Amino acid sequence: MNLDEQLEVNSSPQSPMWQLILARVRDFYREPAAIFWVYGFPLVLAVALGTAFRDRPVERIPVAVTNAAGSPGPLWAETLESLGKDPRIELRILDSSQASKELALGKTALVVEVESAGLVLKTEKNRPESALAQGVVEAVLWKTKAGSASQGSGSAPVSGKAENGIRVEETAETGGRYIDFLIPGLLGMNLMGGGLWGLGYVTVDLRVRKLLKRLIATPMSRVDFLLSLVLGRMGFLLLEIMILLGFAWLAFDVSIHGSVATLGLTILAGAVCFQAIGLLVASRATSYEAVSGLMNLTMLPMYVLSGVFFSSDRFPQVVQPLIQALPLTALNASLRGVINEGSGLAEIYGNLLILFGWAAAAFVLALRLFRWR
Amino acid sequence: MEAIVCQDLVKTFPGKPPVEAVRGLYLEVGMGECFGILGPNGAGKTTTLEILEGLQDPTSGDVRVLGKNWEMDGAEIRQRIGITLQETRLSEKQTVAETLELFRSFYNRGLTLDASIAIVGLESKRDSRISTLSGGQKQRVALACALVGDPDILFLDEPSTGLDPQSRQQVWEVVRALKLRGKTILLTTHYMDEAEKLCDRLAVVDHGKVIALGTPVELIRQWGGGNLIELGTFGPEPRREEILQLPGVSGAKSVTDSRAADGTNHLVLRVDRPHETIPPLLALVEKSGAGLSSLNVRQATLEDVFLALTGRNLRDETP
Repeated sequence: MNLDEQLEVNSSPQSPMWQLILARVRDFYREPAAIFWVYGFPLVLAVALGTAFRDRPVERIPVAVTNAAGSPGPLWAETLESLGKDPRIELRILDSSQASKELALGKTALVVEVESAGLVLKTEKNRPESALAQGVVEAVLWKTKAGSASQGSGSAPVSGKAENGIRVEETAETGGRYIDFLIPGLLGMNLMGGGLWGLGYVTVDLRVRKLLKRLIATPMSRVDFLLSLVLGRMGFLLLEIMILLGFAWLAFDVSIHGSVATLGLTILAGAVCFQAIGLLVASRATSYEAVSGLMNLTMLPMYVLSGVFFSSDRFPQVVQPLIQALPLTALNASLRGVINEGSGLAEIYGNLLILFGWAAAAFVLALRLFRWR
Repeated sequence: MEAIVCQDLVKTFPGKPPVEAVRGLYLEVGMGECFGILGPNGAGKTTTLEILEGLQDPTSGDVRVLGKNWEMDGAEIRQRIGITLQETRLSEKQTVAETLELFRSFYNRGLTLDASIAIVGLESKRDSRISTLSGGQKQRVALACALVGDPDILFLDEPSTGLDPQSRQQVWEVVRALKLRGKTILLTTHYMDEAEKLCDRLAVVDHGKVIALGTPVELIRQWGGGNLIELGTFGPEPRREEILQLPGVSGAKSVTDSRAADGTNHLVLRVDRPHETIPPLLALVEKSGAGLSSLNVRQATLEDVFLALTGRNLRDETP
């Protein structure tokens, strides 16, 4: 090589600051995953949350009406007519048990029970929307009475007192509070995170350290290996569940309404499902970065969509079939059913089948793809 | 029966372009032999070893380990071999004993825990966590993991790479002790001293093929010449043709020449009898008007064998 060429004089050197910035920018844009997490993901989150909490054109108050008088009388018809006319109220006619269940779950804000002698307004005292609904319904009924009835001096109904034939019953259903909604969601989230980290990350860690390859060179059985990951995870899980549910019970009086056996089966289904997905996520990844990205990609949509912190009902009807098919949605729905509503297998088996379906598909695929070496 | 036989072994990794890691490799390793595969990085040593260990499938060729083949008797072979990989990071939070107990549990028969710890001389570290061990100690734990099943054949992939001199010595002592116990050992290395000190026989591998085979002494005699004179001069370069005609200098191939950065000329001469060559060599340098900056006489090593075989230094990356 010609020495003179190497020593070529350059009178305008590049600014070191500029070169450093360039290096920084190159580092960044040559890592596509980083671009997604920095720019793409916040957008996805904004779209998802924006859709869930979008401003609705008319916020209508869900009110249920039940008939407790036997045959529908004039009061029934009158109540239906006056409440049905009001644009603020979304009126549904339900039977008594369904109505109290929906009140407990927060699906309806108020139940109007029509008796032969008068009306009973059933409210949930822990929920502000229930108090709002009570005010609106009372105002409507009072106005109707004042306008149509000629007899007597109409005075506004007062809570808890049977005036003008309206009585208010307050309930405080445990199972209807936000904490009751939240605890099963957190349990579901925990099962998801535990399964993915416990199998996914751990497997890739063994692979990156070449320990997996080293183990495969011994006569170790692969079934033993996979089972050890699953069973080890189950052990940790048992402890996690007991701590979470125990805490919820002691601190917030969240109790399990369904049978412990059904709850156990549901948790097992969730655990197996997410462990299989964890194994699938880890089946080919050979770096920590890759598996972390894949795990986030798997988990974050479900954190948002699957009803951990707020009901997945908030998302538009069009995407509901998709959301309902997600494993975390199915798990959370089953857990809420068993814990809050006391559902049995008959009510949740559909969701359990979704979980086992995901588990089987993920496991079979994971075994086919799995990189042992 | 040979411990290991492989014939016309080929391994091509798909890609654009495909990488031909091993291109028709033949090996035979006898029972009780310590056999070394010597070659630069990228020569195909590790790929070959991993095929023999059953960790990779060959593209073509025939492999027999203890007279059995991997497809039919994989489980049986695994019970009878022990391996160390080039790099394994054992779980840091386990102790030495716990790690070995785990590995021991995979084998039908094998050493007791204490025996496996004693072989590698880690008695004092028995209950220490892996994270507290030095690199050399970790490598000895890895060796112990290969030994717990009391294998007939040991595969060691670069057993002392990255270790300090003292740790290398300790690893070598373990390997020598195993040789004495009659184990068959197949190791890869790119260290000449390791190959010379440990191996009964060697295969020099380059570009996925065996390019020379024999005992270390045979290889040095055949390819390296007996002695080497390294000559450094400055000023006018002594004429090479004249140097080659000096008494005792053998072969035109024996001279290498590289221009060092400080402007001195370096020549390496392959000679039979240095004492006959040196006086006329010095006279020649003086006559040419050059100054003498260095003069070394040394015995040829496997490094020189490799250089003679390939024209490259062993530690250069393959082009």
